[in-house]
Amino acid sequence: MYLQERRSTLDLFRQMLRIRRVEEALAARYAEQEMRCPMHLCIGQEATAVGAISALGQDDRIFSGHRAHGHYLAKGGDLTAMIAELYGRASGCSKGRGGSMHLIDTEAGFMGSTAIVGGTVPVAVGAAWASQLRDEGRVVCLFFGDGCFEQGVMHESMNFAALHRLPILFVCENNHYAVYTPLEERQPARPIHAIASAHGLQAQELDGNRLPTVRTAADEAVHRARAGDGPQFLELHTWRWREHCGPDVDDHLGYRAPEAQADWLARCPIENEAARLHALGLLDDIGRQHIENAIQHEIDAAFDAALRAPLPRVEDMYGHLHGQ
Amino acid sequence: MASNPLADIFPPSAPPPAMRKQTGIEALNDALGLCLQRDPTTLLIGEGVPDPKGIFGTTAGLRQRFGPQRVLDMPLAENALTGICIGAAISGLRPIMVHQRIDFALLAMDQLINNAAKWRYMFGGQAQVPLVVRCIVGRGWGQGPQHAQSLQSLFAHIPGLKVVMPVFPDDAKGLLCAAVADDDPVIFIEHRWIHPLRGKVPTGYFETPLGKARRRREGSDITIATFSYMTIEALSAARTLARLGIEAEVIDMRSVSPLDVPAVLRSVAKTGHLLVADTGHHSFGVTAELIARITCQGFDHLRAAPASVALPDLPCPTSHAWAGHYYPAAASIAEQALRVCGVRIGEAQRHELNTLQSDTPADIPNPDYCGPF
Ligand SMILES: Cc1ncc(C[n+]2csc(CCOP(=O)(O)OP(=O)(O)O)c2C)c(N)n1
Ligand SMILES: [Mg+2]
Repeated sequence: MYLQERRSTLDLFRQMLRIRRVEEALAARYAEQEMRCPMHLCIGQEATAVGAISALGQDDRIFSGHRAHGHYLAKGGDLTAMIAELYGRASGCSKGRGGSMHLIDTEAGFMGSTAIVGGTVPVAVGAAWASQLRDEGRVVCLFFGDGCFEQGVMHESMNFAALHRLPILFVCENNHYAVYTPLEERQPARPIHAIASAHGLQAQELDGNRLPTVRTAADEAVHRARAGDGPQFLELHTWRWREHCGPDVDDHLGYRAPEAQADWLARCPIENEAARLHALGLLDDIGRQHIENAIQHEIDAAFDAALRAPLPRVEDMYGHLHGQ
Repeated sequence: MASNPLADIFPPSAPPPAMRKQTGIEALNDALGLCLQRDPTTLLIGEGVPDPKGIFGTTAGLRQRFGPQRVLDMPLAENALTGICIGAAISGLRPIMVHQRIDFALLAMDQLINNAAKWRYMFGGQAQVPLVVRCIVGRGWGQGPQHAQSLQSLFAHIPGLKVVMPVFPDDAKGLLCAAVADDDPVIFIEHRWIHPLRGKVPTGYFETPLGKARRRREGSDITIATFSYMTIEALSAARTLARLGIEAEVIDMRSVSPLDVPAVLRSVAKTGHLLVADTGHHSFGVTAELIARITCQGFDHLRAAPASVALPDLPCPTSHAWAGHYYPAAASIAEQALRVCGVRIGEAQRHELNTLQSDTPADIPNPDYCGPF
C-alpha cells in the first residue's frame, strides 16, 4: 500500500475511534447534569459517518438531523465548540442557542443539523441546487434515518433532486428503529433503497458497519454526483447501541431482540476495522495505544476549554434574531 | 380556591362524584381509556403511542386493552397521517392523534388548516371532522428552538379549530373526554409541566365543557387570566400579592378557542384591573387577543391599563443559562400585577417578590408546584 493510502486508512480508523471516545465521554459526564439538553448518541454507527464523509472534500457540504455528533466531527467540526454547545456556553458552535440537536461549523462545511425529522432534507437539496446553478463543483451530503425516509418531504426532495440531476449524496442510516418502533411497524416489507431508485436516484444498499465498504461506495457515488450524473443514494444498515435519546443503554425495555443486539455488537465498526488493519499489518497494539492516548488528550483538553468558557450573558439572548 | 369548582359539571343537585387523587398523566390515561371503551369508533394513533414509554405514560396499557387496530403507532409522516385521520373522521371514526411535541404538528398545518378546520363549512355542513390532536408543549432541559414552542395562538387564529389547554388533572380528564365527544376538530395542548401536577379527579366518565374558564382563586383587586402552566405561576404569585395587600382573582381560561370572554368581563367588572398570562409569545398572541376583547367590551370597568406576561418574541434558546430569563414565572406575574394596580414597588414589595425566586433551576419544573391542588 502507498504511504498516503496507508495514512488515510489509519486516519479513518482514528476518526471513528475519536467519535466513539468523544461520545463515551459525553455519556459519562451527562449524569453530572451540566449538559442540559437532549442528546442522541451515534455510538455503533461511526462507520457510516466516517466512511461517507471520507469521500468528500473540504469544500463539500453536509447536513444532518438530531443524531449528528459523528457527522459533525467527521467533517472536521470543532470539537471544543461542540462540547461547549452541549454545556450551553456562549462559545458553543451555535452560541448556546442550539444544543446537541443544532450543530453548525460552516468553515468545516457542516451546514447545520436540526431537531425536526426531515427538516434538513429539502434544505440540503437546495444547497446542492445552488452549487449546480453557481457552478461551484461542490457535492452536498445529507444524513438521515430510516424513520426520516417516511416523511413526505423526503420524497418531494428526491423527486426534485432527480429532476434537476443535483450533485447530492443521500445517506440513509438505517438502524432499523425510530425511537422504540421497529421498521416493520412503520414501513411495508420492501427495501428503502428501491424507492430511491424508483425516484430516479442511483441507489445501493450496504453494510454500514464496514468502513471500507462504505468508503468505496461513497467514493464512487460522490464522483458520479460531481460529474453531473445526478443524485446518489446509499442505504447503510447499522445499529444504535445506546438509548434513542440520552446516555444510557436501554435494552432492558425489551423493544429490541437480545439476539439482534448481540449480533450487532459483534459487528462493531471500530473493532472490525481494527482487526482488518491488524491483519494488514497497519496497526499493532502499541500503535493503537498511541492513537487512544492522543484522542484522550484531545478530549480532556476540549472538555477543559469548554467548561472554562463562560455561560452566555442574559442580555445576549436577544441577539441574532435578525441581521440588524 | 373557589367554592365547588366542579359546579358546572356536577350540579349541586347531583350526588357528589367519587374522587381520586391523580397526576395529570394518570388523568389523561384514564380519559383515553374511558373514551376508547365508551365508543368503539374511537382510535388512538401517534408516534410512540404503544411504545414502552407510552407518551410520558399517558397511553400506557391502552394497546393491551383495546388492541393494535385501535391503539397504534404510525410512520413518521405527520402531514399524511393527519389527512388520513381526517378521512377516517369524515367516514365515521373518531381519531385521537398524539404529537410528543407540538412542533411536529407543524408538518401537518396544511391538513389541519385547509381541510380539518374547513371541511364542515366549505361543504355546507354535510360532513364533520371529529378529530382530536393532542400536542405536547416541551419545556426545560434544553428543549430549544424546535421542541419548546407554545403555538396556541397559531391554531386559535383559524376559524373552525377549537383549542384547549388544560392545567389541572380533573380538567385534563374532563376536557379530553369533551374534546373526543366533540364533532369538530379540537387541538388539545398539554404543557409538559402539567403532567406531574396532582389533584383530585372525579372517577368515571365526565365531560368538562370546552370554551369555559374556571375561577381558581377569588379576589377583589385584580383579575389574572391565565393560560396553561401560567395558572400555576399565577396562583403562586397570588399568595405573595395577598401578603402585599392585593387580592388577585385567578381565572384559568382552560380554552383558547372558544375564548370565555364573559367570564373575564364579569371578574374585571369587580376588580377593575386585568393581567393576562400565557405560555406563548407576546406578539399577535393570546394575551393580546384577550386584552383587546376586554378593552373593547369592558372599557368602562377598567381602572388602569391592562398588562400581559408572555414569552419574549424570540425562539427558545437552548442554553440553560437563559431559561430563567426566557420563561416568565410567578415573580414576573406578581410584579406586573402590582404595576397594574398602581402599587409602587418599594423595599417591602421587592422583598416579597424575591421570595418568589425559586432555588429550582428554571429548566426543570418546580417541585413545590406539583400539588395536590
Ligand atoms: C417531525 C418529527 N416527528 C417526530 C419527531 C420525534 N423524533 C425524534 S427522532 C425520531 C426518530 C427518528 O428515527 P430515524 O429517522 O430512524 O433516526 P434515528 O433516531 O434512528 O437515528 C423521532 C420520531 C421529530 N423530532 N420530528
Ligand atoms: Mg432509525
